[in-house]
Amino acid sequence: MSSTKALRDGPKLTGPKLQSALDATWSRPRGLIGWLSSVDHKEIGARYIVTALIFLALAGAMALHMRLQLMFPGNRLMTPELYDTSFTMHGTTMMFLFAVPVMQGVQIYLTPLMVGTRNMAFPRLTAFSYFVYLSGGLFLWTCHFLGFGPDNGWFNYVPLSGPQYGIGKHSDVWAQTVSFTEVAALAVAVTLTTTVLKQRAPGMTLARMPLFAWATLVTSLMVIFSMPAVELDSILLLSDRLVGTQFFNPAEHGDPLLWQHMFWFFGHPEVYIIFLPATGFISEIVATFSRRSLFGYPIVVLALVSTGILAFGLWVHHMFATGLPRVGYSFYTAASIAVSIPTGLQIFCWIATIWQGRPRFEVPFLYIIAFFFTFVIGGLSGVIIAAVPLDLQLHDTYFIVAHLHYVLIGGSVFPLLGAITYWYPKLTGRMMSPVLGKISFWMIFLGFQLAFFPMHISGMLGMPRRVYTYPAGMGLELPNMLSTIGAFVVGMSVLLFVLNLIISFGGKEAGDNPWDASSLEWATSSPPPGYNFAHIPAVESRTPLWDNRDTLPVVYGLKAEERELLMTSLISAASETREPSAMPSIWPFVSAAALAVLFVCSVFSPWAVAFGVVPLAVALIAWFWPKKPEPSEEAAIA
Amino acid sequence: MSFSGFQTMLGADALESSNFLTLFAVFMAVCVVMYLLVIAALLIGMWRGRSSREQLTVESGRHHETEPAFRTALIGWTALILVGLTALTIASFFTDRSNASVAQNPGLTLKITANQWWWDVEYTSPDSSKMIRTANEIHLPVGVPVEATLQASDVIHSLWIPNLAGKQDLIPGRTTDIQLLPRKIGTYRGQCAEFCGIQHTHMALDVTVESKADFEKWVAAQQRVAFAPTTPLQLAGYRYVTTRECSACHNITGTPAGGTIGPDLTHFASRRSIGAGTLPMNTGNLYGWVADPQSQKPGNHMPTIGLEPADLHAVVAYLETLK
Repeated sequence: MSSTKALRDGPKLTGPKLQSALDATWSRPRGLIGWLSSVDHKEIGARYIVTALIFLALAGAMALHMRLQLMFPGNRLMTPELYDTSFTMHGTTMMFLFAVPVMQGVQIYLTPLMVGTRNMAFPRLTAFSYFVYLSGGLFLWTCHFLGFGPDNGWFNYVPLSGPQYGIGKHSDVWAQTVSFTEVAALAVAVTLTTTVLKQRAPGMTLARMPLFAWATLVTSLMVIFSMPAVELDSILLLSDRLVGTQFFNPAEHGDPLLWQHMFWFFGHPEVYIIFLPATGFISEIVATFSRRSLFGYPIVVLALVSTGILAFGLWVHHMFATGLPRVGYSFYTAASIAVSIPTGLQIFCWIATIWQGRPRFEVPFLYIIAFFFTFVIGGLSGVIIAAVPLDLQLHDTYFIVAHLHYVLIGGSVFPLLGAITYWYPKLTGRMMSPVLGKISFWMIFLGFQLAFFPMHISGMLGMPRRVYTYPAGMGLELPNMLSTIGAFVVGMSVLLFVLNLIISFGGKEAGDNPWDASSLEWATSSPPPGYNFAHIPAVESRTPLWDNRDTLPVVYGLKAEERELLMTSLISAASETREPSAMPSIWPFVSAAALAVLFVCSVFSPWAVAFGVVPLAVALIAWFWPKKPEPSEEAAIA
Repeated sequence: MSFSGFQTMLGADALESSNFLTLFAVFMAVCVVMYLLVIAALLIGMWRGRSSREQLTVESGRHHETEPAFRTALIGWTALILVGLTALTIASFFTDRSNASVAQNPGLTLKITANQWWWDVEYTSPDSSKMIRTANEIHLPVGVPVEATLQASDVIHSLWIPNLAGKQDLIPGRTTDIQLLPRKIGTYRGQCAEFCGIQHTHMALDVTVESKADFEKWVAAQQRVAFAPTTPLQLAGYRYVTTRECSACHNITGTPAGGTIGPDLTHFASRRSIGAGTLPMNTGNLYGWVADPQSQKPGNHMPTIGLEPADLHAVVAYLETLK
């Protein structure tokens, strides 16, 4: 290779000949080792999505069990221990093992396709992150089934979770689950940021980037700034519990509120880390099904960025009842109310797009309409609880349970279900059944309202959160009964959705661009080949596939017999250099396994950290073992 | 409100809870209007696309164009949001000020200490002989501003009496406070609102707001030492309670029982409930509780001792004298 001229894509090398060369270059070995070695972002993204949906099903089943317990006052279906474990596992799984990973999974799958590149920036790091995430999920649920899963709530407040009151391994398991998921999320955030900033197709300036890619960039940066806080919190807690430090012990000048500050400094941005990718889905789906480019593109971008910044100034509104100074609270009230401004502007832009377009009411678009009806209620109840005098009553009641589910299900899960329906043909080459899709849509939309709207009422009638039962005679019987019935309707609709996912593997063939959408992921085949694009597209507008109906302009010159990516400049996306891309490797998997052993064992002894780094270091050295550079006679840009 | 709830935030039975209801109504009015605006715009927008006139779509090749009216509308919408949110923020700040004004001249001071899973209550007074110690129940005179100092002995709890006021956390190592100005006579129920372990569910506080005269009567009764047993059965119960397991944790003023780990029982039988709101106070429930507290409130710190039937009868008979 080094002496002869490399084979490059171009006018002379195109069509089937190029495709077979690229197929050979970008394929991975077969078999289990090949599966574990894959660095294809599409495979890894799909694994993330499927794994996260399995965790969604587990945590959802727990929610149904809890709803059965709360169906009647004084019910004795569940013991207090089981109930505490259930709401803890439900929250922890939904937040750490479903919501963030599923969004990142979709981002991993779509981002390189949307920006027109062949793979993620750090494909092995992406592969590593999946195995770390999977190990964390298996660890948490194995411990749960062995009877020592966490039981102090997904927020795991000290001192209840500290060495004195958190007897057993429950809290350690929680803290180490956080370590797993945060390492994975941070790794993904770094690769996504780099991919979006450096690998956009030539001509795709920041101002032409799809809004989903903008949402990906903002959320990834938020992950990078927020998740270290909760990771540090967990490490301090483990240190208190295992080594005998006193970070949170008031008797030794530690402070239980330190935990809350660091937890919510992560915990509030977390909400937007889950919500902003959904706004990316909405922007794409609204544009496609309204048949026009989005109204107010710069406003939506500014809204994303300002939400990402404001989200870091709100965390104390989770702590209004802790007795901090009232003047300080005023600041957080104002900031919490202010964060609804950018969201209000985004909603305007979406509706203005629908207004000027000609909407097609396909299933993905229906979910976006459901988003408006549902999320706006959650957003407005969020304005209500931003006011200190209102929050002091509503805080830690079922009103908050209603609010957070309106925001997270209405704001993220509905758009996610729409997004799955929308991009399913790209992933599988088949359309999902619209009939089943509409049935499950109406069931989940109406079932959701039945399940969660009454919780506003039960909260105001005096029902606190995290109680395993409630007395008769407070007026709580009817709202709880309705919530339980609604929860089961939601459960059935999710089953139907999954059924639709499975049977649609044999559904109608989709073709490259079944919805006639405008962004680059629809320019390649469904499912896309390993190398995504035979020629890297060149972009001249925000809606390339609508503006170049006949042939998409492309650039030539990437090697066909080696894995190569095109790097472009940060703002204007001018071609800069060709960059080699990593080959499949087993070492990310081995490193993740070594890290998992370290994390799991450190729950039982702090010495595991000292001994566990040895295999981890060996695996990392093997992973990063330098290769001899091959002399090249060619310029980086040809 | 038409709700006769004893644990509801719709009661408006004190200054802060009435302020809550007023402010909540203001917020709801603004939010409902905004919601209807968004939904109306969405529905009209979707309806408009069905018309036959040309829309700015990719099919007409005008998908990058926008109608100029939308720029004006965007400015109007932004102004509307800003005005609405600013008004709500200011309303919130003024309500906060009004709530804080209760603190200026408290007519009564309490100290409430939260434990897993019960409330320890002290009525403080400069005269130590006038101090009262009770548990899981407070009485307040109507119309008198009250300040309660709040502490936690183990984990974080949160005091919430929705009919009277919002929540205030009780945090180990810190002292917080809450102010109440009850305005209506009635019996209410408060509950711990911060998850505090296995019996978080059964950590309630009975609250009685009564006339000044009734309150003075209650205070006088609480300041007495416990009644002496009169029947042989009560005497047997007295002997058991003061010499066996019970007195290790419970105090009964005027007797040798001087434990401080569990709730004070000096006037136990005068209270409305057993086990921090777990069971209503009556003879049957008292039998159930004393015989097997672990089946009534699983995981709580009072062990099931396994009393002989004779001892059980005696203990219950004695406890019922503790009015």
